[in-house]
Amino acid sequence: MKIVVCVKQVPDTAAKVVVENGQVTWGDAPLVINPWDEYAVETALLQEEEHGGEVTVISVGGEDAKEALKHALAMGCGNAILVSDPSLKNADSLVTSQVLAAAIQKIGDVDVVFFGKQAIDGDVGVTAAQTARVLGWPSLTLVSEITELDPGSKTISVERSVEEGRQVVSGQLPAVVSVVKDIGEPRYPSFMGIRKASRAEIPMWSIAEVGVEVSEPVVEWPDLFNPPKQEVVTEIVSGGSPQETAETLAEKIIEEKVL
Amino acid sequence: MNFDFSPEQEQIRRTIQEICRDFPNEYWQELDACRSYPEQFVDTLTQGGWLAALIPEEYGGIGVGVLEASIILEEINHSGGNSAACHAQMYIMGTLLRHGSEDQKRRYLPAIASGDARLQAFAVTEPNAGSDSTRIETRAVRQGDEYIVNGQKIFISRVQHSDLMLLLARTSPYDENNRAGNLSVFLVDLEDAGDSVQAVPLETMVNHETNVVHIEDLHVPIENLIGEEGQGFRYILSGMNVERILIAAECIGDAHFFIEKATEYARERAVFGDPIGKNQGVQFPIAAAFAQTEAADLIRYKAAARFDAGHKVGPEANMAKYLASEASWNAANMCMDTYGGYGMAVEYDIERKFRESRLYKVAPVTNNLILSYLGHNVLGLPKSY
Repeated sequence: MKIVVCVKQVPDTAAKVVVENGQVTWGDAPLVINPWDEYAVETALLQEEEHGGEVTVISVGGEDAKEALKHALAMGCGNAILVSDPSLKNADSLVTSQVLAAAIQKIGDVDVVFFGKQAIDGDVGVTAAQTARVLGWPSLTLVSEITELDPGSKTISVERSVEEGRQVVSGQLPAVVSVVKDIGEPRYPSFMGIRKASRAEIPMWSIAEVGVEVSEPVVEWPDLFNPPKQEVVTEIVSGGSPQETAETLAEKIIEEKVL
Repeated sequence: MNFDFSPEQEQIRRTIQEICRDFPNEYWQELDACRSYPEQFVDTLTQGGWLAALIPEEYGGIGVGVLEASIILEEINHSGGNSAACHAQMYIMGTLLRHGSEDQKRRYLPAIASGDARLQAFAVTEPNAGSDSTRIETRAVRQGDEYIVNGQKIFISRVQHSDLMLLLARTSPYDENNRAGNLSVFLVDLEDAGDSVQAVPLETMVNHETNVVHIEDLHVPIENLIGEEGQGFRYILSGMNVERILIAAECIGDAHFFIEKATEYARERAVFGDPIGKNQGVQFPIAAAFAQTEAADLIRYKAAARFDAGHKVGPEANMAKYLASEASWNAANMCMDTYGGYGMAVEYDIERKFRESRLYKVAPVTNNLILSYLGHNVLGLPKSY
């Protein structure tokens, strides 16, 4: 089975992201693989262990995105590809999905593509569905469990996490699947995996090599600003008994029109 | 001079931090309370290949340097954990690797690398021979194709969590003119040894399995002699620099744990209307501990980098262990002072780490002996003992 995982390099979750001079910055904080994408890598590796085949991890981004790819290699993915091109500097999710779709087609004979449910930087969460749309493949988003995947009959059944509960969905392969946390804890990179990944030469494909004509970005970010600072006043509510304290607190909440 | 870490070293550090996040302070508190071995943690490290750091790839290990290995142990202690449960699995095999026969290496190293065999007990110290190891009395007498060993060892760690034990024993009588030339090193299979090796646990102030080991008519096949008979003391000395550097890294991890805890507490704890960290009486000891730790860390990295480059690093390795253990102990006291009475409370973890960090002022070698080594061997002063 041929599996592709799409990953993104993002600022570390502990980074303090701010806007300075109209630009988003996170200081010296390191870039890491998007945490949601680790779940996608884990899912891909489990499927590879069950059905055989190979897992290729791809990313669209600059040279520094190689670190996200190396993390995925260290977890156990067999191959990595970076699609990098100066023209992609301001790519939005539409452009990214066009590039990913073309790269997936260039890899060829792919059975299933995994994404994390969203990237923690932009938090848009639509790249998986857009990539499926460009490819013309079924899109199975917010998947919490793969109940059946049969490369022979080219079918897949999953459970999706939706607001009302779980939704059971079946589809045809090839398909694009985005996964959520319930899919299973990602494994740690092994030490040998890190060693191999650090030695790996990751091929870089340009837009021309991928063979795609991308659209102009349709999303613009005309203004970026930090959220306004909120004044916080702390008041400790006390009373004789828990009931009195609760009553005082309830009165305060009503008085302040919180409810 | 380059002080930057490679992307691989950064990734090692990040991954260990990630692993340790899954073993929070509550995990270590629980083990400490019931004096249990961190099996789950050690299994996780073993499965990931982390304890096989120093075993070459050709024997199934990872084959990185002491610098990378030291980052692993530093981050474990930095997280609030304790590397002492398993650090020896990394370095005891060094004697086998450097001085064992090819057959011995092929027979044991792959199993040690995979974790199928734990070699993390090293029986050197005896009740009547502590820092002066040339005075040990445990005897190994050659009889045909085997040695018969009798004697007693003390402070032998992790015997009950080991499959193999390295053993230093006397193979010829003590000779004042050749103090180092009559001891030999053996690899003991503890399962084969059966009742001839009895480990009696010693209760200590830390959760660390250490034992008195009674050895009675232990039969060791001749093929388990490491290297040449009579050269054992020289062989174990060659591994001590690695041990010193790794212990130094653990101390650096402990010191950072204390400094971060103290800084966070001093920033948040308000007394008389201000955070206590505003007072120089609180702030300066934290800053001083930080500076001391950073200085010790520099020589730890120097020792590690030069060892990995193939240089002799006796002075650097010893100074790294000395300075780092003093820095971590100073940071431990500073942290206790910063926390005041809360430092004694188990839930804050300060008291546990405080106890653990004290150990490294006296183990695996006492700091006074390091000063003697520096005074005599490096500065050329008269020997004090």
